[in-house]
Amino acid sequence: MANEKKPGVFTGPLWTNNPVVVQVLGICSALAVTTQMKPALVMGISLTCVLAFANVIISVLRNTIPNRIRIIVQLVVVAALVILVNQILKAYVYDVSKALSVYVGLIITNCILMGRLEAFALGNKPFPALLDGLGNGIGYALILFITATLRELFGSGTLFGYDVLARFVNEAGYDGYQNCGFFTMPAAALIILGCIIWYQRAKNPDLQDK
Amino acid sequence: MEYLNLFIKSIFIDNMIFALFLGMCSYLAVSKTVSTSVGLGCAVTFVLLITLPINYLLDKYVLQPDALVEGVDLSYLSFIIFIANIAAIVQIVEMVVEKFFPALYGSLGIFLPLIAVNCAILGGSLFMQQKEFENVGYAITYALGDGIGWLFAIACIAAIREKLSYSNIPAPLKGLGITFIVTGLMAIAFMSFSGIQLG
Repeated sequence: MANEKKPGVFTGPLWTNNPVVVQVLGICSALAVTTQMKPALVMGISLTCVLAFANVIISVLRNTIPNRIRIIVQLVVVAALVILVNQILKAYVYDVSKALSVYVGLIITNCILMGRLEAFALGNKPFPALLDGLGNGIGYALILFITATLRELFGSGTLFGYDVLARFVNEAGYDGYQNCGFFTMPAAALIILGCIIWYQRAKNPDLQDK
Repeated sequence: MEYLNLFIKSIFIDNMIFALFLGMCSYLAVSKTVSTSVGLGCAVTFVLLITLPINYLLDKYVLQPDALVEGVDLSYLSFIIFIANIAAIVQIVEMVVEKFFPALYGSLGIFLPLIAVNCAILGGSLFMQQKEFENVGYAITYALGDGIGWLFAIACIAAIREKLSYSNIPAPLKGLGITFIVTGLMAIAFMSFSGIQLG
């Protein structure tokens, strides 16, 4: 949790203190749900909602939770919120819910939640906690979105399921676009995220490892 | 034979780290030296081996439709039941290890409570629920395979990172960036296992 104070509570996590690429939280789901843009977007929104509400609830309860059992209290609050989100997703966007499979449930153990609850919500008033939750959630969604855009565009030639690349290539007078299957593989997600980190560290030299 | 297939499949083909991305956070945070990462890997395997069969039985006899009471589907509670079970087991394991194996506790101490929020553990339970195994033997085999696969992955990356610390890497890529790219390359290597025909 480096440089906690420098940027604003809300704007900091968007880029300079991004939860995924700087705080190294919530990598698992960031990699797993990014083969298509639609699941990635839904996942980003779900996590932002859960994080904002959990942050507020824990922040309201912060003086009543005994220190020794706080992890279990946090897990219960988060698990209850995730069950709600899961039921809503199943009811309204069933196909996306299928595509996300167990990764909705894994929001519970998403390190962003535990990390932010421990580092911020337990020591701050509800309103800053809400901003922190929203900021971190959106920062996470941003990384998901970038990765998913690259993976879907080159892996299947589409964006949100619409055929983009093939049409573009055809109009330019070439003979169709051959999908690059590598981008849909797990390995590509890791390498793309590695490159995002590379770019981010190059722009912010004070984050580089010595 | 079925068990062996499942075991091999869960170690190599559906490897927790390289194919499913579970437990990445601790995988990245703790993989700086081989000895600690092997310790964490053993702890994860151990907790998986205990929690997965229990969650399997809970799922089969309590949560599934018509399992506990006729006409009642409790499966929407599975997240909260699984995580409560995992948190409780981790707490008990921590106390038992502290009381009876102080040496092991000394080397694992800080990691044990963190295992409760390791996605690999909850992920194992959720994937197990999705796979609908026939009996508890499969659940145990799956737990062992998953744990060993995770241990294998974290031990490999730790060994590579120990070597990498001596190499000349561009400054922005140092640390996290290069770890991701190396993991990506290892995932490519593991993709070759996906062609294996089992059974």
